[in-house]
Amino acid sequence: MSDSRAEALRLTDEPLLALSNVTCAYGSKAVLTDVDLTIGKRQFTGIVGPSGSGKTTALRVLLGAVAPVRGSVHRRAGVRIGYVPQVETVNWNFPVTVGECVLMARTSGRWLPWRNAAERAEVSDVLDRLGIGDLTARHIRELSGGQQQRVFIARALLGQPDVLLMDEPTSGVDVSTRHEILHLLEDLHHDGLSIVLTTHDLNGLASHLPHLICLNNSVIGAGTPIEVLTVDVLERTYGARMEVLQHAGMPVILDQPHHRMVAAGDVVPIRRTGT
Amino acid sequence: MHNLLRPYDFEFFRNGVIVATISGALCGLIGVFVVLKGMSYIGHGLSHAIFGGYAASALLGVNFILGAGTWGIASALMIGGVTRRKLIGADAAIGVITTASFALGLALFAVFGRRGRSFDAALFGSILGVGIEDVIAISLVTIAVALIVFFGYRKLLFTTFDPDVADASGVSTARVEALLMVMLAASILATMQILGVTLIAATLVIPPTVARMLTNSFSRMLLISTAIGAVTGFVGMNLSYHLDVQSGPSIVLVGAAMFAIVFVFTGARGRMRANAFDVH
Repeated sequence: MSDSRAEALRLTDEPLLALSNVTCAYGSKAVLTDVDLTIGKRQFTGIVGPSGSGKTTALRVLLGAVAPVRGSVHRRAGVRIGYVPQVETVNWNFPVTVGECVLMARTSGRWLPWRNAAERAEVSDVLDRLGIGDLTARHIRELSGGQQQRVFIARALLGQPDVLLMDEPTSGVDVSTRHEILHLLEDLHHDGLSIVLTTHDLNGLASHLPHLICLNNSVIGAGTPIEVLTVDVLERTYGARMEVLQHAGMPVILDQPHHRMVAAGDVVPIRRTGT
Repeated sequence: MHNLLRPYDFEFFRNGVIVATISGALCGLIGVFVVLKGMSYIGHGLSHAIFGGYAASALLGVNFILGAGTWGIASALMIGGVTRRKLIGADAAIGVITTASFALGLALFAVFGRRGRSFDAALFGSILGVGIEDVIAISLVTIAVALIVFFGYRKLLFTTFDPDVADASGVSTARVEALLMVMLAASILATMQILGVTLIAATLVIPPTVARMLTNSFSRMLLISTAIGAVTGFVGMNLSYHLDVQSGPSIVLVGAAMFAIVFVFTGARGRMRANAFDVH
């Protein structure tokens, strides 16, 4: 971020992004109804909700890729947005190396296809920062799940964003990769980046975030995980009753046991032992 | 050796070889975008649609490039618009627009008789009648397409790989995709005489498929596909003379042979890479 732009953004409390009474529809089906949402500086927010609840649409409205049918979208003048798509939507067989993929963030300002020295240095810096500096020439398919996610974060970061929007960053990855991504996002947030992500992962990701929004076509609840991951809010969000425990100051969400399967002996309830 | 060079005594053959080589390179280049965007069926359909314009311009005595070109570009933009807006299924839209145009071309020839350029040449390709004006036309189209791909490389790559994010990042993907359709229509139009409408789709698909099996890089794929297209056109045209078959089938068969060789030698790795294509 240039110094003058960073200074301009620092001097105001105006939100970076805001949705006001936003309603979105695909055809006649409304996916978001009267949604209010504000993203400020250094905010780290997770959007949770069931499939079809409008999480990705909310991100795409913030990004500007989807126009609301009603309501307004506010983007602070000069704000830069980075977008990291859901890995399931990426064509991993597309012939593109890590370096080529990251450089896609630079489509304006230079007409020649190849990287100049400054761009080479920038790509190298951002890949080094994310710990994948030695993978520039590799094809995107030849990477692990965590490395693939980092490539798209690197592409977003090359655009020097103020806000990073991420769609299901831990979808389909194993536990260690999820930890890896979460630590990386914490570092980026610590460096001053605002982050908004969607997730289905209540225990592995959502409960670790500082701020959550529960969405099911409209906002059901917003606040810290302790405030919103409650039995009542979760039931209204997911339409299913869940149990909420607390562990190390964080909520832990459990599904209700499936009574018929338990009764039939297919599931043996675990007897709690110790403390 | 003398036998191999004998056809070069004829001017029409020299022109034919030049046009076939440039046509192959052009189709190889534009074909990369066609296959990576899953537009193979559009390329196939568009070549048939342009046949309608070809027939109409022949009957009306209008310049072929002007008549069929206007028709082709209008069809291309119409297909692109319908596909983009998802008004009806893309396959259905292409099927209706292009086959109706092709049928109109056949009907016009049936009612008014075959005039102007050869009817068979339009369908299957021929080097007979290839003149210096064809060499100039194909060269101009190729230079224009190459310049657009060179200077628009970054936007074309982003739009082809990730159109949603490209759009949100400030790339006018609608404009880029319209430009791709216009380049495709111009390429088909310029190569129709030598390759024939029924076989153009193969020259759009085979070189990039072979190139994809050989590389994982987009920039290298563009270069390799263009080179394979040029070699295929050159070898196919020479074989066309010596085997006494039409230029279109000869060029396509050389491309198919090249595909088979690369397919065998790159093995599972090549096949996995070629899975990138969602060929419709």
